[in-house]
Amino acid sequence: MLELDNLSLSIGKQSLVRELNLQLQPGQLHVIIGPNGTGKTSLLRALFGELPLQQGEIRFGGHTLSRLHGASWRRQFGYMPQNIQLELDLSVLEVVVLGRLDSLSMRLSDDDILAALSALQALGIAHLADRAMHSLSGGQRQMVLFAQVLLRDPQIMMLDEPVSALDLQHQLQLMEHLHHQTRAKNWVSLVVLHDLNLAAQFADRLIVLAGGTLQAFGPPSEVLDAALIHRLYSVPVDIHQDRDGKPYIRTLRQASLTA
Amino acid sequence: MTDTTALHTALTRQRQREHRRWRFLLLFIVLIMTSLLLDVATGPSLLSLREVAATLLSPGEADAMTRAIVMDMRLPIALMALVVGAALGLGGAQMQTLLDNPLASPFTLGLAAAAGFGAALALISGGFGLPPLIAIPVGAFVCCMLAAGLLFGLALMQHVSSQTIILAGIALLFLFQSLLSLLQFLSSPELNQQIVFWLFGSLMRSTWDSLLITAVVTVVCALLLYRDAWKLTCLRLGEARARSLGVDVSRLRLKTLVLVALMTATAISFVGIIGFIGLVAPHIARMLIGEDQRFLIPLSALCGACMLSVSSVMSKSIIPGALFPIGIVTAIIGVPFFIWLILGKGRKRA
Repeated sequence: MLELDNLSLSIGKQSLVRELNLQLQPGQLHVIIGPNGTGKTSLLRALFGELPLQQGEIRFGGHTLSRLHGASWRRQFGYMPQNIQLELDLSVLEVVVLGRLDSLSMRLSDDDILAALSALQALGIAHLADRAMHSLSGGQRQMVLFAQVLLRDPQIMMLDEPVSALDLQHQLQLMEHLHHQTRAKNWVSLVVLHDLNLAAQFADRLIVLAGGTLQAFGPPSEVLDAALIHRLYSVPVDIHQDRDGKPYIRTLRQASLTA
Repeated sequence: MTDTTALHTALTRQRQREHRRWRFLLLFIVLIMTSLLLDVATGPSLLSLREVAATLLSPGEADAMTRAIVMDMRLPIALMALVVGAALGLGGAQMQTLLDNPLASPFTLGLAAAAGFGAALALISGGFGLPPLIAIPVGAFVCCMLAAGLLFGLALMQHVSSQTIILAGIALLFLFQSLLSLLQFLSSPELNQQIVFWLFGSLMRSTWDSLLITAVVTVVCALLLYRDAWKLTCLRLGEARARSLGVDVSRLRLKTLVLVALMTATAISFVGIIGFIGLVAPHIARMLIGEDQRFLIPLSALCGACMLSVSSVMSKSIIPGALFPIGIVTAIIGVPFFIWLILGKGRKRA
């Protein structure tokens, strides 16, 4: 279990996250939602040990995050940051294989190459293996970077807006794969998403952040209601149920803007 | 095609890609050996390639005059061209990797300007009581490492970006250029001439001793850099992503900067300022084999060595009997070649 105990984060005098208490279970997919600039990315960076904690503790598997154990702490994570600006003269395969950085020898072994290819194949993008990264579209790059993070074989999987450049088919493919692997490999998964419907469809638990504080935590069907969403985004919505009983959110056009 | 067949086809293609890179490394080794022979053969008394090769292979059997020309006069200079070229090429490649900027090189970050100031200071102060042959390299090295020290300090700070380090480097470049101009303004015409000559860069100052020092420092630094080849490749994905893959970016940045500074400061302090190679050699290497640092590290060194060695031959051949300062030759040959290369690359990508 990944535990966040009374966690506060700040950069300089600016407070990012305040007094956050969460218990995140293995085998479950947690989706963080909230308006822009509410500390979602900062929270992931702090969990990864990249941002100093102002107060509180982060614990996982009987260990507490401290400065001393930075490298071994990070080894437990697969972390995919947001940026996909990669104008690189490296093949897709060579980028994916870097997911095994900790164990790579100077000569790439057949095993390393085949593992990278299998990850690409699992995501249906093995045909890109020989392409140069700079020749790929934003969406293709995002899928490649997801394949890279899969290769780390982590215990905690954190993805920061992993579908921001993906088309509908690949959004579903990535989320289905993540959902399946989270259960199969017992990962603690944490994903930042802006698409509330995608979040509602795949999350076991939603973490709702706004203004650096926890607004709600729980299954989507219990957490998502029109009042909360209006409070978060100042947007009126209708909430329906899809055929799986998951909430489905439809935004309503604002009369003042459409007039 | 079945899944297994597809996997094995992709595996074979990756191996072919690696073999292609090995072939480029071998090609440059052949070019370097040829250029080395030509460099030793070229000079006021022209020797045939056969004579040079025979003397190098069995010096005892060559006549005394040829042996003296080859072994005592030309070989240390020709080898120095290779070692300094390798140090500058590799140094430039790692500056560009580290700072994620294609314009970064030991020169754009002020290290060469600092070395120039140090050399000028040693000349003007009369060598601090040391003979000029020792005082000038020591002065250049110390100032170069001082300038690098400031960059190390910045690299150590957690929240300092690569852009900040580049800006600080450019500020250092202007600072040391101004200080150098001040020294030139204050010095006598004779001293000024010596300073200008040092700034041109010349391999003619090379001796077996200076060659040995430069070669040992370059080889040790290159091997230490090579150990981090995978981490440096990760760094090309951006600092945030490298961190996410488990790279301690601040530590890697500091370690690489220290090695690059040591390597280039040593090279510059013995031969003066030889521009352009630190900028161009890494680009040529990258165009040929891409960003995989397992190959980019050796190829940028080989490419730098080849460029400086060819420039050395050209500096003696443009006007027979006259010796052009090599720093000028590298830029005159290098700039048009480089522009042709980047335009070609732009067309391919467009």
